[in-house]
Amino acid sequence: MSATETYSDTPIKAAITTAAMEARMRKRRAAERRFRVYGQAAVAFSIAALAWLLISIVSTGASAFTQHWVTLDLTVTAQTNASPNDRRRLADALADVFGEVSDEASRRELLQVISASVATADLRAAQNLSEPLQLIVPASDLTDQYLKGHIDPNLPEDQRKITNRQIEWIAALDAEGRVHRRFNRGLFANPDSRDPERAGLASAIFGSIMIVLIASALALPVGIGAAIYLDSFAPQTGWGGRLTRMLEVNINNLAAVPSIVFGLLGLAVFINFFGLPRSIPLVGGLVLALRMFPTIVIASRASLLAVPVSLTDSALSLGASRMQAVFNHRVPLAAPGMMTGSIIGMAQALGETAPLLMIGMVAFVTTVPSSPMDPATALPVQIFLWSGSAEAAWAERASAAIISLLVVLMFINGIAIILRERLQRRRKL
Amino acid sequence: MSDPVPFYMLVIVGALMVGAYRIVYGRAARLVVPNLPGPSAARAQPRHHARLAAALTGLVGVGIYLTGLSLRGPIPSAGGDGLWLMALIVIPALPIALSIANVRPDFAARTHVERMAETGLMLLALVALLTTFGIVASLVFEATLFFRDVSIIEFLFGTQWSPQTPIRAGGTGQSGAFGAVPVFAGTFFITLIAMAVAGPVGLMVAIYLSEYASPRTRAIAKPAIEVLAGIPTVVYGFFALITVGPAIRDAAAWLGADVATQSSLAAGLVMGVMIIPLVSSLSDDVISAVPQSLRDGSTALGATKSETLTRVVFRSALPGIIGAFLLAISRAIGETMIVVMAAGRAANLSANPFDAVTTVTVQIVALLTGDQVFDSPRTLAAFALGLVLFVITLLLNIGALAVVNRYRIRFE
Repeated sequence: MSATETYSDTPIKAAITTAAMEARMRKRRAAERRFRVYGQAAVAFSIAALAWLLISIVSTGASAFTQHWVTLDLTVTAQTNASPNDRRRLADALADVFGEVSDEASRRELLQVISASVATADLRAAQNLSEPLQLIVPASDLTDQYLKGHIDPNLPEDQRKITNRQIEWIAALDAEGRVHRRFNRGLFANPDSRDPERAGLASAIFGSIMIVLIASALALPVGIGAAIYLDSFAPQTGWGGRLTRMLEVNINNLAAVPSIVFGLLGLAVFINFFGLPRSIPLVGGLVLALRMFPTIVIASRASLLAVPVSLTDSALSLGASRMQAVFNHRVPLAAPGMMTGSIIGMAQALGETAPLLMIGMVAFVTTVPSSPMDPATALPVQIFLWSGSAEAAWAERASAAIISLLVVLMFINGIAIILRERLQRRRKL
Repeated sequence: MSDPVPFYMLVIVGALMVGAYRIVYGRAARLVVPNLPGPSAARAQPRHHARLAAALTGLVGVGIYLTGLSLRGPIPSAGGDGLWLMALIVIPALPIALSIANVRPDFAARTHVERMAETGLMLLALVALLTTFGIVASLVFEATLFFRDVSIIEFLFGTQWSPQTPIRAGGTGQSGAFGAVPVFAGTFFITLIAMAVAGPVGLMVAIYLSEYASPRTRAIAKPAIEVLAGIPTVVYGFFALITVGPAIRDAAAWLGADVATQSSLAAGLVMGVMIIPLVSSLSDDVISAVPQSLRDGSTALGATKSETLTRVVFRSALPGIIGAFLLAISRAIGETMIVVMAAGRAANLSANPFDAVTTVTVQIVALLTGDQVFDSPRTLAAFALGLVLFVITLLLNIGALAVVNRYRIRFE
């Protein structure tokens, strides 16, 4: 009995005829191509999302790195009953310059053109008012946004923030060459402020540096020490071994605990129990040290595990103590890997926001902190605070802060990558 | 003299340790060792004697420092730190004297110092346990206080969440409603949207990059996707708030719907993008761990590549992929900044992706930022929510680890 006879009456025979087979193959190949396209679409989606994010932030924030400044020659009257305060005197002088009547409405509009708070401070500091006073002050955020083209002057007047008169005044200043666009030094040199044109990142930058330094100073030695203990000294058998494994599971879980929970821990322990003040970099550093700790232990353990055991074994067989074998032969070989892990942990700590909100680092800080016990903010928190305000000038500043943060993170991660490459090259030799 | 935490004292301790090291090293180096074989030879090098001295000094110094700190309390008293400072300088003379007395040929300084070092390392490893204990203790303690005011049943199953109701000073009556169901529902909904993005996309990215992509594509795409993992969450939040939210609003307006800028869709989408690299790198690990023999077998039977991948590789890797998804879900639930900035604060029970919903993390932030009295139910509610968050993410992580471990055993 041959096979063809057996199958001749079943549908299978029809199925293996060429036409049906080809149709099926076509279907399967189409499915194969579709699957491939899904994959390409997924990759394209991820990269497009990244590109959209970066482009949107750079296009919003790039213009914040420059700022318009206005040079004004003002004839300011002395303090009289008619002009009782500095703002009034400033407004009157501005009205003079633009040839306007100094009434209530125009005064308000005039003071919106330049940074009124900087100008009044300069006015107060000025000694000799008999001569025309030359003020070089930042333009107000309104003027700045207008000159950068972020406000559309073609809209009807009641739909935009800047008035027709203000546009005319700015045009007049510009025509006289009194408006200059220069690098926005204040963005990095000034602390936070209520006025966008004066707000800067100085407090946040110093706060972030202190927080990351404190966190690293605590988490690096503790984390690396814990990793060395778990790798080379922890008991592996019996009850001790059970404890060791529990500790390892515990560290893995700790690494996946949401960062906001560490913030709650910091609030309950450091602030409520130990009574440390809120918003200080010391508490921020302590909290982020706890946050970094599991990351560093895991990275250090991985790089210790990559070192061949034969090295420690030969050291031990030559009479070294366990401590000597580990610290003189195992740890030095794992050190570059530990360093890479630590640097990545530091980069994470630099971008961490939620735990800092919990310990009150959202305070409005207008001073540059000089010690870890002074109130401060951190870069990511400053971004959060600025992005909460509706005005376009704040979004622009927040984007600029993000660009600065991303550049620093890129730099830090770059160091980690270079370190890793060098380490891999040395391994190969 | 009234630093809240006098760091300079630690510098003094460090200086004392250096001093101890040098003195003892000098003594030990001049030690006359009888040049005989056997037990009469010196049992430690000078550096071991010196290290022991420095370690003892440091231990005593830090002990005095911490004792002083806890006796004085965090807020400096008017009395000054004179006595404390004196103790810090004088008492460490004892361990130094002891170490000098111990500089003898038959003193096994190395054994002692190594035993100390090992104990020290063990204590460092126990910091992990201490942290977990701290988290559990503080959350449970504050949550218990909260549950004295609000019943746990009402908290877990009540559908009315409005803790913002003003609390009259001194009054204990009206303190808002703390039924957390809308908060949990919002968290769940946003997590669902995020996983709907990150799950398929992350998985396909992993499959495509490890199985299909040319080395050149991989060399460009893989780091680009890893960059997504390195971007701080506050940046994603800003992106969701300033770009994605308005884009969704405009798109909806174009279709004729009126939608607010803050919506669960914007937050969920952006959170999904944030989680893509986590899903893809974890899935990549489990997919590449599937033995080549399984793929070869499937190919030999005539399966196309995608058939092999979906019917053989994917199925064998399924436990690992489930583990990866569980970790991703845990990450999404605990994510804070994106939802704080883009999801809104109103506790709506709504499954409309264009509505603003609130999440556990948003409520924790809302309840704890700003100035409040610490023991009010409002602030304590944040700890109760934190406890729920901690327990859920812990269960998800343990589940993920268990699934992944079982899977490993199958192939190794």
